[in-house]
Amino acid sequence: MRFFSTGLFRGLIAQILGTIVGMAFVMAVRVVMRLPLDLSDPKVFEPVMVVGVIFGALAFLIGVGSFDGWFNWARGQATSDDISPDPAKPNWMRYFSVDYDHKVIGIQYGVTSILLLGFGGLMAMFFRTELASSGITFLSSDIWETILGYSGPHLFNTMMSLHGIVMIASILLGVGALSNYLVPLLIGANDMAFPRLNSFAFWVTVPGAIILVSSMFFGGFDTGWVGYPPLSLRAPLGMQMFLIGVYLVGLSSIAGAINVIVTVLTMRAKGMTMFKMPIFAWAALATAFIQFTATQLIGLSFQLIMLERLLGMKFFDATAGGDPILYQHLFWFYSHPAVYVFVLPGLGVISELLPVFARKPLYGYRWVALSSLGIALIGFFVWAHHMFASGMSPYLRIPFMYATLLVAVPTGVKFFSWVGTLWQAKLTLPTPMLFVLGAIVIFLLGGVTGPPLGTIATDLHLHDTYYVVGHFHNTMFGGYIFPFFAAIYYWFPKMTGRMYSERLGKLHFWLMWPAFMVLTIGMLFLGLQGMRRRVVDYDPELGFDLTHLIMTIAGYVIFASVLICLYNIIRSARRGAEAKGNVWNSRSPEWQISSPPPLHAYPQPFEVTGEPYDYGLPNSTYVKMSPAVGGAPAVGVASPQE
Amino acid sequence: MIHLVIVAVLVVISTVALGLFLTNAPLMPFQASQQAQVVDDLMDIHWWFIAFFISLIVVFLLYSVIVFRRRKGERGDGAYMEGNQRLEILWTIIPVGIVLWFAVIGGQTLADVERRDPEAITVSVFAAQWNWRFEYSVTTEEGVVTAIASDTLVLPKNRQVVLRLHSDDVIHSFYVPEFRIKQDVLPGGPEFVRELRITPNQNGTFKVLCAEICGRLHYDMQAEVQVVDGSEFDAWLKEQSGECNLTDAECGQRWAETYGCLACHSLDGTVVVGPSWQGIFGSQEQLTDGSTVVVEEEYIRNSILDPNAQIVAMFQPGIMPQNFAQILSEDQINQIIAFIMSLQ
Repeated sequence: MRFFSTGLFRGLIAQILGTIVGMAFVMAVRVVMRLPLDLSDPKVFEPVMVVGVIFGALAFLIGVGSFDGWFNWARGQATSDDISPDPAKPNWMRYFSVDYDHKVIGIQYGVTSILLLGFGGLMAMFFRTELASSGITFLSSDIWETILGYSGPHLFNTMMSLHGIVMIASILLGVGALSNYLVPLLIGANDMAFPRLNSFAFWVTVPGAIILVSSMFFGGFDTGWVGYPPLSLRAPLGMQMFLIGVYLVGLSSIAGAINVIVTVLTMRAKGMTMFKMPIFAWAALATAFIQFTATQLIGLSFQLIMLERLLGMKFFDATAGGDPILYQHLFWFYSHPAVYVFVLPGLGVISELLPVFARKPLYGYRWVALSSLGIALIGFFVWAHHMFASGMSPYLRIPFMYATLLVAVPTGVKFFSWVGTLWQAKLTLPTPMLFVLGAIVIFLLGGVTGPPLGTIATDLHLHDTYYVVGHFHNTMFGGYIFPFFAAIYYWFPKMTGRMYSERLGKLHFWLMWPAFMVLTIGMLFLGLQGMRRRVVDYDPELGFDLTHLIMTIAGYVIFASVLICLYNIIRSARRGAEAKGNVWNSRSPEWQISSPPPLHAYPQPFEVTGEPYDYGLPNSTYVKMSPAVGGAPAVGVASPQE
Repeated sequence: MIHLVIVAVLVVISTVALGLFLTNAPLMPFQASQQAQVVDDLMDIHWWFIAFFISLIVVFLLYSVIVFRRRKGERGDGAYMEGNQRLEILWTIIPVGIVLWFAVIGGQTLADVERRDPEAITVSVFAAQWNWRFEYSVTTEEGVVTAIASDTLVLPKNRQVVLRLHSDDVIHSFYVPEFRIKQDVLPGGPEFVRELRITPNQNGTFKVLCAEICGRLHYDMQAEVQVVDGSEFDAWLKEQSGECNLTDAECGQRWAETYGCLACHSLDGTVVVGPSWQGIFGSQEQLTDGSTVVVEEEYIRNSILDPNAQIVAMFQPGIMPQNFAQILSEDQINQIIAFIMSLQ
């Protein structure tokens, strides 16, 4: 079994051993300090387990080999910059071990992201089944009690909380997948600036994800993904697993962002000025700025909760001079900009793909590029709009209302530019374009449902209702999920050298898009009616049963459509028709080389000779490839005449 | 140009149709307070802008997909248009104007929602996992100030009420959908007490719901709100401020309801959070430390005053509030015990 010699397997074994060592270490300290040793007491077990889990995560990284390069440096041994794989090992093993190739890391991110998407989706299926009718039935079954040791309302709270945070982790990894795979290819670099850091940033998410999901087996947690104290100070041990898991994923986010920033700023091909970059690179750059500067705050706020739970430091305990609202400020200072981390890459994908399928230049390129930076910047001054009802200083709400509403301006620029790009186009509608157009409509719904939450008076009614849930899912599906699938279908031939099934791709879209519209309109409607979020049960007298039933069915359809997509991906990767050359007739450099791209995508650097999206301008090219040694085309494709 | 005219007409038609639908469909719950009126009026302005922007983008998009689609066998690219600086500036400046205007009316409506009435009456609201308690202070004819506790929020119609919100444990949120506004309830003493002003203007029975997740039974943390005419309200206050003239057990039942005991202790044998009270008196229970106790007066009293001291096996410590010594009088505790004794 070759699997046993992969880095992943070694890492997992090391994580188990590391956890045991960490637990033993705390027990030893407790013995020396003559502290109680009864592990059945949660107060004793919690610090033992927490330190164990942290040790485990470190051990995983050592076991998988993430630190090998740095250890060698420390020992004074030479480290090689050669990233070519060991020819003695089969190719698939690269994906389960530490590898410095950005294309491998991109796919590692992508697959992990989809696994987490599946887990988060499964959670949603479970609690949507519960919500299909009033009364608590499905989740109070004894089976849950047997597997997890709890059931009923607490299980609902745990699943709802995990759905939120696992999806966020999935999205962060998906963003990592997009920027790692695409940015170097788009700007003509052969790899990211710091390959070892890049690999570390991926592998740290693996123990992070494992610990996050394990919270289910440590009693769960019932705070929602926001973890507000004092509730999070009283929640079971699962809370700590949530905090540590997110902490590690956040670490990945910061390290990954440094890489994207440096790569985009310093490694562009000859002649590629900032305003000649493919638009996705702009989106990735704006995203990385946010990740690099804001993620620390969620790490900090979670750390404070951990310390308050473990060591009794009273940061948020009002009776001891702390302040529970302080946490909310720290938390949202990251978690609001974070939603722009989720959507900016997706909006970048939309802007990147539209010109290709519209056969027209991206309308107002500079404005689209700068609007990403504009959103990123304004995004830092709006966090307290999550707190209009929180009891913070009442007058502070006014400036946050102004800033919040201003986000509509750069977002509007994007919409108008997309419409301008489509106007008088020559549109084709293959699967990626369907997902792009679907994304625009859904994100539009997310955009227009925002201002009622921005003006304080209406927010006082809508806050903490399903309306917020609907608005948020619109922005996530329109800003991330649909563009992510568009990107998967669009670059699938590039990644695998094979074509996906167009029929199944379209089926995926025509199931998922209408089902999501039904689901989200149901959410918005219930929220306006005053249905609270995060409740396992609702009063049958309110008459919400039928709406919930329809929403649950729509949820099942979405889940099924994603399964169809996965089937399509897996089958086509093995048996799809061979995808030759420039499948989409794109001007972008990554389509001028073979699929899948060679180890060094551009052994001969290319030169930028024109604008990226000048479709319809006769005799113009974006890039000119230097004479190649292999079979790659010598000259970039001009405006297509087919 | 003809394309633009067609699209413009379609956008107008779509905006009017969608706007009329959104402002007339019964999307909001029953309107039962002056504040609800303000919120709903602002929402109607939002609906028209929502209708316009959805129409603008979707009509353009659908029109492009249908009309500018590449026909079968057609080759070549779309029209070469890189952008238009003036248009970009225009569709930046106009939205800036719109959002600033929205922010201004957003501030004005907030002022309307929070407008103070000097005649307002005050009710203290106490939230705890997972129940609500309301306290009124009444001055009797002899000039004695007494506090009345109730598990129902009774409010007079057309009179502003200031709710002073306290939490005993975690963050809760006071929300009555028919009144439209909510406010988080914070733990931590006087410094963290927050106020919410409501002027109910419709008679009826509604529900206070906790809108901020607060743990296991969050979904079920609710209480009744009754809006009654002013004279009826005064009569209710007078009746409540009297001594409890019922039997001890009946008074005990009243306190158990008022102070939220029954949110966690059922009366029918089912285990909600804590032990059910049915038949509990006189039974023998095993504690977490292995010892056994007989549930009699002294044990119940201790368990009310210091809930974590003697936990029955299979129940969790740390859930029941620990401040009943301050909230309940000696008589009230005795009456609650009498009530539990009566539940054989």
